Amino acid sequence: MIDRRELLKTLCVAGGAAVVGKNLSAEQPAAGPAREAMGVLVDTTKCIGCRMCEFSCADAHKDAGLEFPEDVDFTAERATSEKQWTVVNRYETDRGQVYAKKQCLHCLQPACASACLTRAMHKTPAGPVAWTANKCMGCRFCMVSCPFDMPKFEYDSAVPRIQKCVLCWERLEEGKQPACVESCPSGALSFGPRAERLEEARRRIYAEPDKYVHHVYGEHEAGGTSWLYLASVPFEQIGLPTDVGDEPYPALTREFLYSVPFVEILVPTFLLALSAATKREKDREAAEANAEGEV
Amino acid sequence: MDATVGRIPRAGNEARRLGQFILQELKPRGKVLTPFNVISGALIVVAAVLLAIRFLKGLGAITNLSQDFPWGLWIGYDVMTGVAIAGGGYVLTFMVYVLHLERYHPIIRVTVLNAFLGYVFAAGSLLLDLGRPWNIMNPMIGNGFGVSSVLFLVAWHFFLYALMALVEFSPAAAEWLGLERIRRVLKGMTFAAVVLGITLALLHQAGLGGLFLMAKGKLHPLWYTEFIPVLFFVSSVFAGLSLVIVEGFISRKVFAPRLGWTLRRTHEDVTLGLGRVCAGTLFAYFFLMVVTLLHGQKWAYLATPMGAWFLLEIVGFVAVPAVLFAQGYRTRNVKTVQAAALMALAGVLLNRLNVAIIAYKPLAAVHYVPSWMEVEVTLAIIAAEIWVFRWVVNRMPVLDFAEVAPKVELAVRRTGAAAA
Repeated sequence: MIDRRELLKTLCVAGGAAVVGKNLSAEQPAAGPAREAMGVLVDTTKCIGCRMCEFSCADAHKDAGLEFPEDVDFTAERATSEKQWTVVNRYETDRGQVYAKKQCLHCLQPACASACLTRAMHKTPAGPVAWTANKCMGCRFCMVSCPFDMPKFEYDSAVPRIQKCVLCWERLEEGKQPACVESCPSGALSFGPRAERLEEARRRIYAEPDKYVHHVYGEHEAGGTSWLYLASVPFEQIGLPTDVGDEPYPALTREFLYSVPFVEILVPTFLLALSAATKREKDREAAEANAEGEV
Repeated sequence: MDATVGRIPRAGNEARRLGQFILQELKPRGKVLTPFNVISGALIVVAAVLLAIRFLKGLGAITNLSQDFPWGLWIGYDVMTGVAIAGGGYVLTFMVYVLHLERYHPIIRVTVLNAFLGYVFAAGSLLLDLGRPWNIMNPMIGNGFGVSSVLFLVAWHFFLYALMALVEFSPAAAEWLGLERIRRVLKGMTFAAVVLGITLALLHQAGLGGLFLMAKGKLHPLWYTEFIPVLFFVSSVFAGLSLVIVEGFISRKVFAPRLGWTLRRTHEDVTLGLGRVCAGTLFAYFFLMVVTLLHGQKWAYLATPMGAWFLLEIVGFVAVPAVLFAQGYRTRNVKTVQAAALMALAGVLLNRLNVAIIAYKPLAAVHYVPSWMEVEVTLAIIAAEIWVFRWVVNRMPVLDFAEVAPKVELAVRRTGAAAA
């Protein structure tokens, strides 16, 4: 028989577990590839390496402290940094020199956003993955989680920010194009609804099958990205990681997070049962020992 | 009327008494200028200067962290390892309050104290590592509930578990202050705190491993597995108990006058018993490692330099201490068990550093190595934790407390009878 005290204890423990459990059970709903979500198509066969995208990016985001380095000779591959949200690199490939722009790919289901415990990093419905200063605690878990290593941290600041391409979300709200796309003189960059950009990418492959590798990078990579790439050579030759798989990264933590409420319900239950069982055993033994002592 | 009038001055007197008592207790006891105090004091002063620079100029001023390696020694050791070796708290409360293994009751307070301080100092270290620490309460106050984040889960469970450990330890503090009625209320909350605490600890220990689930492709395949949360949880069991064994060994020497009669009498029994639990857990952990290796078909990596490093970890610092623990328990050799505990602790340290730092991006052009300043701050944090631990143990009834004596006496008598 459970007495009132025991019952109360059980209820308290179960109630506590339920409260905690509620906070943690749900996975953030994925922002699906909605028709209106925007995207950018990068046709690397058209890129001439003029770095106008780098220049206009630094110009459009002066407030974020971005800089434009003048002296770049393309000898070493450059990564984006806390001062440069996008960089153009030159690659020696099977089909000669190819220029490719690099920036945050704005995943459809971003690892960084699902890693963020304050939702400072978040996917906006329009497509950009943006960052909110007053929420971020600077834990850098987004950096650990991003398969493309795009979020960068200001190690030289007492009030550091997470820096990466934000797909000019403020300009998009004003109905403008991203700064880099607007400034691209060669037509390598084109902006529009992601679904349309994807169709355009396929059209170009069908129209000139010998010119392109028959794959649109970003259609499925890491669950799909807002930025799509076309190239004349395999994508690993132009610095894009081809080992990220097609599964959205947040799916890697799904089983673990789903198991949490189960653990929170089952473990206290087992603990209470174990405690009750061993307590009776112990009391019985104690009584026996006392009886022995009296004899 | 009279009663209420009378109670206020009495409460005032009581508060004044408590205030004076605490002020008195804050003063250091014993010799101040011991070699340990001088060295640890110097470490703390230097760390204070380094941290002032860190908070004025940013993390880059004193750490070797980079865009490729956002987590370094302060996460890999201070948080990941620190929390694992604080696991003794939840394991021992499980043994004593849930399984009613009274034999281990005499060490419960010192273990829970250790766990609580371990958590507080891990949280403290995290504050130093966070870029924007003033926002640390955001996931608690709802300035963004990132429920899809493993770190959100860890943060909440970490915070709540530390609270539970405080509740579990609070009767000792109440005894110290002479607050008998409050002590009884706090004591009544222990069991609920224990049950919740074990659940919370289990999940955040596992959750710390879960942080690396999305680091697929960055963490070396020998260490990356979807079962990493399970491995982190299981290793926290023997890591926590190994620390209890080592701490018991040190406390017996350092705090000899504070040791209770029961604790002294049961020391050997307790060490051997904990060693047995460690042996079982280590063997289980070893086989889990082997299973994940086979399951992921990763044996080809074993013939590489990283493979040798992995084998060193799971054979040298998991299998060997497992055998030593078992051997020590069978031959009732306390020294062997203590040596095994030291090895197991080294093994957990190695594992956490491997996962967080060494096997993280092993192919990076420039790999992270901590700066001397990061190491210095870490040592200072350990020193500060020892100071607080010593202060509490020298004042509160931690190594000697009244309530266990009769029960433990009974348990000792029974096991003694069984052995004879």
